[in-house]
Amino acid sequence: MYFRLIADAAALAVPASELTRREFIKFTTLAGSGLTLGLLLPGCGKGAGGGGTTGAAGQPLAMPFVRIAPDNTVTVISKHLEAGQGVWTGLPAIVAEELDAAWEQMRVESAPAKVPTYGNLALDPKGSVQLTGGSTAVANSWEQLRRAGATARAMLVAAAAEQWSVAATEITVSEGVVAHQGRGLKASFGELAGAAATIPVPANVALKDPATFRIVGREKLPRLDSRAKSSGKQQFAIDVMLPGMMTAVVMRPPRFGGKVVQIDADKAKAVPGVVDVVQIPRGVAVVASDMWSAKKGREALSVTWDDSLAEKRSTADLLKEYRALARAAQAPTAHAHGDVDTALAHAVKRVEGEFEFPYLAHATMEPLTAVCRLGADQCEIWAGCQFQTGDQATAAAITGLKPEQVTINTLAAGGTFGRRATPTSDYISEVVSIAKATGGKYPVRLIWTREDDITGGRYRPMKYHRISAGIGRDGKVAYRQRVVGQSIMAGTPFEAAFMKNGIDPTAVEGHAGDQYDFAHVHVSWSRADVGVPVLWWRSVGHTHMAFSKEVMVDELARAAGVDPVAFRLSSLANHPRHVGVLKLAAEKAGWDQPFSKKGGRGRGVAVHESFGSVVAQVAEVTVDGDKLSVDRVVCAVDCGIAVTPDVVKAQMQSGIGYGLSAALYGKVTLTGGHVDQNNFDGYRVLRINEMPRVVEVYIVPSTNPPSGVGEPGTPPIAPAVANAVRAASGIRLRTLPFDLTAARRAPA
Amino acid sequence: MAVKLTVNGEARELDLDPQVPLLWAVRDHLQLTGTKFGCGKALCGACTVHLEGVAVRSCITPLAAVEGRSVTTIEGLATPAGRAVQEAWVALDVPQCGYCQSGQVMSAASLLATNPKPSDGDIDAAMAGNICRCCTYVRIRAAIHQAAATLGSAAPA
Repeated sequence: MYFRLIADAAALAVPASELTRREFIKFTTLAGSGLTLGLLLPGCGKGAGGGGTTGAAGQPLAMPFVRIAPDNTVTVISKHLEAGQGVWTGLPAIVAEELDAAWEQMRVESAPAKVPTYGNLALDPKGSVQLTGGSTAVANSWEQLRRAGATARAMLVAAAAEQWSVAATEITVSEGVVAHQGRGLKASFGELAGAAATIPVPANVALKDPATFRIVGREKLPRLDSRAKSSGKQQFAIDVMLPGMMTAVVMRPPRFGGKVVQIDADKAKAVPGVVDVVQIPRGVAVVASDMWSAKKGREALSVTWDDSLAEKRSTADLLKEYRALARAAQAPTAHAHGDVDTALAHAVKRVEGEFEFPYLAHATMEPLTAVCRLGADQCEIWAGCQFQTGDQATAAAITGLKPEQVTINTLAAGGTFGRRATPTSDYISEVVSIAKATGGKYPVRLIWTREDDITGGRYRPMKYHRISAGIGRDGKVAYRQRVVGQSIMAGTPFEAAFMKNGIDPTAVEGHAGDQYDFAHVHVSWSRADVGVPVLWWRSVGHTHMAFSKEVMVDELARAAGVDPVAFRLSSLANHPRHVGVLKLAAEKAGWDQPFSKKGGRGRGVAVHESFGSVVAQVAEVTVDGDKLSVDRVVCAVDCGIAVTPDVVKAQMQSGIGYGLSAALYGKVTLTGGHVDQNNFDGYRVLRINEMPRVVEVYIVPSTNPPSGVGEPGTPPIAPAVANAVRAASGIRLRTLPFDLTAARRAPA
Repeated sequence: MAVKLTVNGEARELDLDPQVPLLWAVRDHLQLTGTKFGCGKALCGACTVHLEGVAVRSCITPLAAVEGRSVTTIEGLATPAGRAVQEAWVALDVPQCGYCQSGQVMSAASLLATNPKPSDGDIDAAMAGNICRCCTYVRIRAAIHQAAATLGSAAPA
C-alpha cells in the first residue's frame, strides 16, 4: 500500500542539496521526532502508560487511547481526524467492545499531535507519521484499539480482584459493570479507575472471539457526535474564539505561480477594523478585528503580481497537449503482462475509447480555517488537522521552534475529502506565517472564503485516457491504456520514495490489470507538467481509473453479446471479493428480473476495489431528452468486519453522492491561467433534489479485519451511471462532467 | 451606530455598521457560532437562521434589514418543529461532518412549521438551497418525514 512510502520518505536521508532548507528540516524532524519521546502522562511512574498514581478514589485511569474517569465516562483518544467519515464512532466501538463498556458511557476526544504514540500504522508500523487518509483509520486502529480496550479491562479486573480478595478469573465485566457473581459484589468502571491506575500494565492480553462481539457489528450504534452536530454545538476551527484574536484573509496570486511585486496597503489599512497588512510566502494577508472587516480590507488592497513564471494556459490548451501525449509512441509503463499489441492486432472484437476528466475542487463545506497563537517558545494551532506530523514540522520550520513546541488542537473538520492534508501544509503554513509576521502580538484566525477555496488549487488532476481493448478468438481479453495527467507526488518531498520508473502510483491505481483476469494488459502514463497545484481527492486515482475501466468493460461485454454482470464474472475468477459484491448488488437490484426501459429508463453496473475494500453498484436512471436523473442505486460493499454497519452505510451513501456530484457537475477550468469558477454558482454540486431517492447498501458478511469505507463508495458510481445511460439511450458518456447533449453529437 | 434587535429571545444591541451581514454579527460579535459560513452568497444555506420563524440566509441579510426584529439561531431553536427535527436528526444519525447541519435543521424546522406533512417534492423544494457535501440527503429526507410523523401524532399543546 503506497502510504507506507510516506514514512519511507520521511526516514530517507535525502541529500540536503536537493531540498530547500525548510523541507530538509521537515525531514530530519520527521525522522527524529517522536522516537525519543516517552509516553509520559501526568502522574506516570509505574508501567508504560498509566500506572503510578496513588490510586486514590477519584483518580482516572489514563492510558494513551482510553481514559476512564471517576464519573464513569470512558473517553477514547482518537488519533484520527473526524471529518464526517465516522471515526469518532468507529474507534470508540472497538475499544468499548474489548472493554465490555456500555455504549452510553463512551466519549471521544482528539489525540494530541504526538508520534509514535498516535502514528498511523498503515503508513509506518513504527508510527512515525500521524495522518488520517487512505481510508485507513479503522483498519490501522483495529488491533491497536482492541488491545487498548482489553488492556484497560484487564487492569479494572485486577483492581477489583485486589479489592475484593478474589481471583480475577471469577470476575465478569458487562455493560460497564465489573462483578463477582458469587459474592454479589459489583463496581462501575469509574469506581475502579483510580485503583486500576496502580496496576502494572499487562504486556499481553487476550482478545475476544469475534463471534461474541456485541458492539462491533451492531446494526445501529448511535454516532457519538450526532447530537452536537444537530444543535450547532460541535466546534470547528472557524468557531474558535480566543481573547484578543484577530482574523486574517489572504490575497493570493490570481494565477498559480504568480509572485508579489508591489503592495499598496494604504486603502486596506484605512478600512475600520483592519490592524495590519503583511506579506507571507503565499501572498498578502489582511488582518482585522473580525471577519467582515478583514474581507472589506482585502477588497481595498492593491497588489501587483509578477506572472512571468505563472501558469497561463487555458483548459483548451491543456486538452490539446493531453490528446497529443495520449498518442505519443512512448510513455513509461505502469503495468504490463501478456502481449497486448499482438493480441489487439488479432482481436475479433475491438473497442476504443478516449476519456476526459476535469480538475475537481474538494469544496468542503467548512472552508479552510485555522487559528495560531504564537509565543516565544510555543506555537499553538487549532485546526481540523489531517496531517499532524507534517503540519507540526512545517510550523516548527517557520517559527524556528522544535516540533515538540508546536501544539496542535485537532478539532472536528467540516469535511476534508483529502483537502486538509497537503505536502506543504498549505493553510497551516499560512496561519503560522501570519502569526510570525505580526510578531505573535495576537492569536490569528485565518479563514479562506469560498472564492479562495474554489480558485485556490490543490485539485484532483485533470486526466485524459486513451484505451483500446479487444477479445481474441480464444475469448481472452486484451486491454491497452494510456493515461495522461499531472503527478500528485512529483515536486513534493514524497517524490523520491513514491515514484519509481517515472510512474506516480496514484495516477494509475485501480487499473484493469489489477482488477480483472484479463490475459493481456498494458498501462502507460504520460506525465503532464502544469503549474496548477494538485492533490488527492476522495479515492484519488481511482476516481478516473474506475470510470474508464468499467465503461470499457461494458463495451467489451456489448461487443461479445454478453450480459454486463455475466461478462465481468467470467473475468473475476481470481477476485473472489469482486465476485461477492457483484453478485450481491446484482441480486438486490433484481438484475435477473426484466427491467422496463419505457420512459427512458436504463440500468448499469460497476465494480471496483480501492483502499482494501471492494464495492459494486447498480444504478437505475431515467434519460428524458438530455436530462438525466439517477433514481436508485444499489450498493454492495465488502469491507471486512463492518465495525459500525450504520456508518458503513452512511459512507457508501456519502461516497455515492460525492462521486455523482462530480460526474454530473464537477469542473474547474482555466482561461489564460485564471480559474473560471469561484463559488457554488460556477462550481455546481449535488443538491437534495438530485440525490437518488433510493440508495440501498448491503454489507457482505466477512471475518476479515476491517478495511476502509471513507473512499471506496466513490469510484463505482460514475461508471455505473454512464453504463445505465448507455443502456437507456445509447448515449456514450466519455467526458466528465456528463453532458448528454454534447455526448449525443460526439462521434462514436 | 447601534442596531437593536432580538436574538434568541434576548434584546441585543450591536454597535456595528448596519451593512454588516447578520451572519458575522451573530458569529463574531454575539459569539453564536452555531450558524455557519459556507459561501457568503446565499448559495449553500449553511448560514440559515429564522426571522420570526421563517428561514433566511444570514450571510446576505444586512443588520439594517433586521433592525427591531426577532432572529432565532440554531442555539435558540425551541419550537415543536425544531425539536422534532433535532430528535429525528439524532435518531437517524443524519450528520456526518456536521458543518451544514445547523442550516439544514433550521430550513427543515421552517418547512415543518408551515407544511406539517411535506411530500418528497415539497422537501426537495424547501431544502434544495442547503448543500451537504457529505451528501447526507437520503437521511435528511427520512428525518424530515420522521419529524413530521412525530409532530402529527403529538398531543396538541
